[in-house]
Amino acid sequence: MTEHVEWSEAETPAPPASTAVTPADAADAARLVAFGLQPKLAPARDQEYTELLRRYREDPAFARLADAVAAGLGLVVLEVSPRAGMAVTAAEDSVFAVRMGDYARRTAADSGDRFLHGLAHLAVAALAFPRPEDLADDSYIGRVTVNGVDAFVRQACRRLEERAEERGENTDPATDAPGLEAAWRIWARRSATGATKDARRPAASTTGIVAKALAFLTDSGFLQRTGDDNGGTYRTTARYQLQVRDMAGNAALAELSELGVVPVTDGTATLLPAEDTDDLDLVTDAGLPFHS
Amino acid sequence: MSDPGPSLCTVTSPASTDSVPPQLSAGPRPAQGPAADEGLARRLRALACTAPLHDLDARKANLAGEYSVYGMAEVALVAIDLVTLNMDFDTGADHEQVVARLVPRIAAQAPHRPTAEHERVARWVLENLINVGSVDRGFRAVYGTFAPDGTYVRRDYDFKLIEEVPGPGGTVYLRTTDEAVNVLVGALDTDVTSAQIAAEVKLEVLISRGRLADAQLAAEQARYRTVQYSETLRRALEATRRNVRAVDWLNTVPDMIAEALDHVAERYRHENAILTNIRKARDETEEPEHKRRAAELVDIVKDCIRRHTQLQSRLLEAGPLFRAEQDRQAFATPAATSGIDLYGHLVAPVLPLPLEQAIRVTDAFFARGTGPRTPVSVRVGDLVDILLTPPVEREHLGAEMPEPDLIATPDDSRFSEEQLAAATELLDLPPDAPRRLSGLLAEARRTGDPDLAYLVALLAVHAASPAVGTAYRQGEEKLLFAVDDGTELDDPEFGGADLIVGTALLDAAGMAADRTEAA
Repeated sequence: MTEHVEWSEAETPAPPASTAVTPADAADAARLVAFGLQPKLAPARDQEYTELLRRYREDPAFARLADAVAAGLGLVVLEVSPRAGMAVTAAEDSVFAVRMGDYARRTAADSGDRFLHGLAHLAVAALAFPRPEDLADDSYIGRVTVNGVDAFVRQACRRLEERAEERGENTDPATDAPGLEAAWRIWARRSATGATKDARRPAASTTGIVAKALAFLTDSGFLQRTGDDNGGTYRTTARYQLQVRDMAGNAALAELSELGVVPVTDGTATLLPAEDTDDLDLVTDAGLPFHS
Repeated sequence: MSDPGPSLCTVTSPASTDSVPPQLSAGPRPAQGPAADEGLARRLRALACTAPLHDLDARKANLAGEYSVYGMAEVALVAIDLVTLNMDFDTGADHEQVVARLVPRIAAQAPHRPTAEHERVARWVLENLINVGSVDRGFRAVYGTFAPDGTYVRRDYDFKLIEEVPGPGGTVYLRTTDEAVNVLVGALDTDVTSAQIAAEVKLEVLISRGRLADAQLAAEQARYRTVQYSETLRRALEATRRNVRAVDWLNTVPDMIAEALDHVAERYRHENAILTNIRKARDETEEPEHKRRAAELVDIVKDCIRRHTQLQSRLLEAGPLFRAEQDRQAFATPAATSGIDLYGHLVAPVLPLPLEQAIRVTDAFFARGTGPRTPVSVRVGDLVDILLTPPVEREHLGAEMPEPDLIATPDDSRFSEEQLAAATELLDLPPDAPRRLSGLLAEARRTGDPDLAYLVALLAVHAASPAVGTAYRQGEEKLLFAVDDGTELDDPEFGGADLIVGTALLDAAGMAADRTEAA
């Protein structure tokens, strides 16, 4: 209610209790947005940042100004808090938005690769926040590993393959219509890794694709790398949770329902462990998920 | 199952007849039952799996050099056998090892050719079985079937023969796929538990009979079971962390933990016994090859024991972890749920969709799921500078050391070099004429330097307990010494004994002789 009053105040041209915006205020607001564009910067580490965040929360006029600056730049403000800082994300078609073609060059020509990169990001989020409660719980910190994400998707693919086999379906796609191939097959048939001359993961393998996604999210301040076990281990940050919860999840869900697919669940988590654990490609020294 | 209705329109379909391969178009379409067609598809797929092997022999002519002597399909089958046999539960076969074991077979085919060529053939065959050149690192065959509605459809069959899987520490292992095993090796079906028991018995028999080569294999196999327990436990705990209710903590997991603890206890006892036996074998055997193998085996068994201990400590941590997660997940205040179950609402429904639909969802997620990227803007001024800057030559010695910025420390010595020289000269006494300190002090004062007396006094006090041993070892010829004979020093500035200061001669020649003797 109070917020509403503030908004209407702003729209009146010259309020008597003049909180006139000075160029210095505008500079500060823009400075706060600039801090928000440095996602790896922890608010607690920078005194000026902390000060501007405090001002945002205490001074509604300043908050509106900062929001306006962000909107003008093509940014959406997700949250402004001491834990997440000024969490901004790119609006659609903003100069700050990441395009798939810039992210991975092959995706422009190959729709299969495009899907794999997109699915990698989706799978990372699904494994980082396995239960709906985890996504909603602000204090939750998810943990993901490169090999873990790949194994998780492969397991889901294997279940679909088994189900198709039970039903006696032939899932081999028609030669002239690659777009009709079931999506899970694309991941299943791509190799998980491969030997290369320089002992790095092949970029086109699924672990390479997942590793790229995780490294990219780390650059965006969404994940923090915690170790090298299991192909690389990461933990989530508050920003990632916000981004997945408020932006990505809804956007993907909207797209899905537009396709006429309405998933029905009872609200409890659906991610269950494999029934046939012996069947998975196990990795020695995979590292157990214990807290030190 | 299938509805005959739509076949009406396919009759007029112009595309089908000319695209149908001759052997299939020979019979009239209605004769093709779905079951017969399915069987045909199965056989076509099985046939396709052999194609890469025939292909090897067909393509060997294209290789630079004369390779027709080699039977490539034979090498390929051996390679697949090698990978299959070296494949264990958890990892796969090592690439280099497979190449090394292939070489003798290839060498047998053409003994007069150089070894480098044999190795090249081995690598070529292995790489072609992986199909390194393709993005998927696999093969694709096209075959045709009739759809339920009677239309003829060409389908892509994707398969792999040898696939690469990630191993520990970023290594890559080879595994043969189900297709390769089914078609090219023949089904291998072993029960893990009985294989484990068999391996144990085998190991003990082998060791008692001194057949260590096979014992090593058996010991390695025993280790995988432990790794498997760790992995099962790890998975259960990981699932618990995601969702306590996803794992049956009432029966399954406690049973598994109990079973694993039993396993650890038994293995630990077992392997310690084995270790003692092999150590004995290692120490008693005469043959160096046996000794080496036994030593290797000791390492393996030690590693097994290490893993068991590790597994045990983790098993003990499992309970507390479960309770902590239970507290966190079950007793936390239910959050205002955002309603998105990422797996149930997104991943699971997307995977079965056709690619062209699924890609819309993943694209939407990607577009909104990546953070903002600040675009890079270039200033022309900077660009010119960057382009005109000559490239920095890389020194193999590394970066140049910065010139150290030295600060002259103030000279805070009490005495100067000149004073020291004067004092040394004053104390350079003939060995047969020691002097009293009082006399030396008086002489020092006569020079007019008030500080010199202090230095002389200091040196004299030092000489009261000379380091004779050190001087002797260093080959000094003479040594300053001071002796207190009870005379009191009568001096305005110093107090204490009026020392007798003299020079003692050391036997330098004798010392040198001693040293050479000692050496």
